[in-house]
Amino acid sequence: MTTELLAGLNIELDAEGFLVNADQWTPEIAEEIARRSGIEPLTDRHWTVIDFCRKDAADQGTPPTIRRITKNTDVSTKEIYQLFPKGPGILASRIAGLTKPKGCI
Amino acid sequence: MRNLVILGGGTAGTMMSAKMRRALDPKEWSITIVDQDNEHIYQPGLLFIPFGIYRAKDVVKPRSRYVPSGVDLVLSEIDVIDHEANEVRLADGSTLPYDFLVIATGSRIVPAEVEGLTGPGWHENIFDFYTLEGAQGLFRALERFEEGRLVLNVAEMPIKCPVAPLEFMFLADWYFHQKGVRDKVELVYATPLDGAFTKPRASSLLGGLLEKKGVKVETLFNVSSVDGEARTISSWDERVLSYDLLVTIPTHMGSEAVERSGLGDDLAFVPTNKHTLQADAAENIFVIGDATNLPSSKAGSVAHFQGEVLEKNLLRAIEGRELLPDFDGHANCFIESGFDKAVLIDFNYDTEPLPGRFPLPGVGPMSLLQESEANHWGKMAFRWIYWNQLLAGKELPLVDSKMSLLGKWS
Repeated sequence: MTTELLAGLNIELDAEGFLVNADQWTPEIAEEIARRSGIEPLTDRHWTVIDFCRKDAADQGTPPTIRRITKNTDVSTKEIYQLFPKGPGILASRIAGLTKPKGCI
Repeated sequence: MRNLVILGGGTAGTMMSAKMRRALDPKEWSITIVDQDNEHIYQPGLLFIPFGIYRAKDVVKPRSRYVPSGVDLVLSEIDVIDHEANEVRLADGSTLPYDFLVIATGSRIVPAEVEGLTGPGWHENIFDFYTLEGAQGLFRALERFEEGRLVLNVAEMPIKCPVAPLEFMFLADWYFHQKGVRDKVELVYATPLDGAFTKPRASSLLGGLLEKKGVKVETLFNVSSVDGEARTISSWDERVLSYDLLVTIPTHMGSEAVERSGLGDDLAFVPTNKHTLQADAAENIFVIGDATNLPSSKAGSVAHFQGEVLEKNLLRAIEGRELLPDFDGHANCFIESGFDKAVLIDFNYDTEPLPGRFPLPGVGPMSLLQESEANHWGKMAFRWIYWNQLLAGKELPLVDSKMSLLGKWS
């Protein structure tokens, strides 16, 4: 666990870069985490995914899977891999201030 | 007379039927178990079929032989579960009313979820080994395979027995060595995970073993399509791997009946309380084994550990008492690593696999998180335990449903 200065605030991150305290999340922090992951700037399409992830996680208590994101938004699987390269599930969750998706067992 | 209906006569369902028949008075409770066919497959054994170590007769037995007397076995497909009417409608037109329902319908592979996977080459030079016919086809394909590139791809998590694909690679390395062609065969492991396995500590050990055996690992490989004509497999981020033989672990989903009943999540797994095993949808429905959406491994050992909790909770629910939040995600997996050795891991929701001795703390004879021959013989002996102890719902000697930290170190 480390504390880092993100968007002017001291934010605690776990070993894999996920927010320890979800309440600290702001859109500015999302921009900052995205930049550090090589995504800059966050476009409306990114925000479509991030907003859905936050809303769904609040409803379901766990971050959504890629399958769930593409089923419930107009973002296709192809596009989500372009928006959040390599591991979109993990990356979108991290930027959205959520926990690491548990889809991986 | 009250009715307990169990859907699915696999590991979890058969075991629960035996446990509940012993626990419930036959004068008050009838127990019915439903499955679509009478072939019980010892699924851990499928791994050994491609390498000629087991044959079909070693892994398939009639379900009816393992369903205890006093339990009605109904062979029919399930049409729909109506949880408001408390009844299950079967494809043969009959209806089974229930007071309590246990969903143990498992998971199945759905190869059609990956574009092109079931196109040209399917079951010619593309095989799964999660079905009997896939595993048998792969046996014949491996017999013919003298040189080239074998790619194993895990399509999507979760899968049954998350270590099985690794075991396949370890055994493939051994198999081609025995055949004297290992230097002409390239082995590639393409996984959507960021390492060999989901749990970091085991991942580094298993990743090290893959490396030692000369298996190339392609991580974060999320398959988008297979081109059977060109013999290539592509990822969503546009990496392309060519293959001569493709071994696929396709997308897994829960049962179609669960899906039809509106009781499943996006992959038709049933939303279930992770500690009590009660379905979110109804108080008189419980879920066990691969059919749940729990973040525990989809494996027989997990179903076994869940079984002990589920028996208690079913009895409590029947008596109107509070449920015990006792399931801790305990899993215990033998990982066959080739050349008559295996690794054993023991973990739960919160604790990573740790090194130690098992099942007797400090003594063993098996070793956790390291390769040993004793582990291998443990794995081979497990088939007998499965048919004779586990399906009968008996407790396994020295292994508790809750994970123990005794004899382990970090």
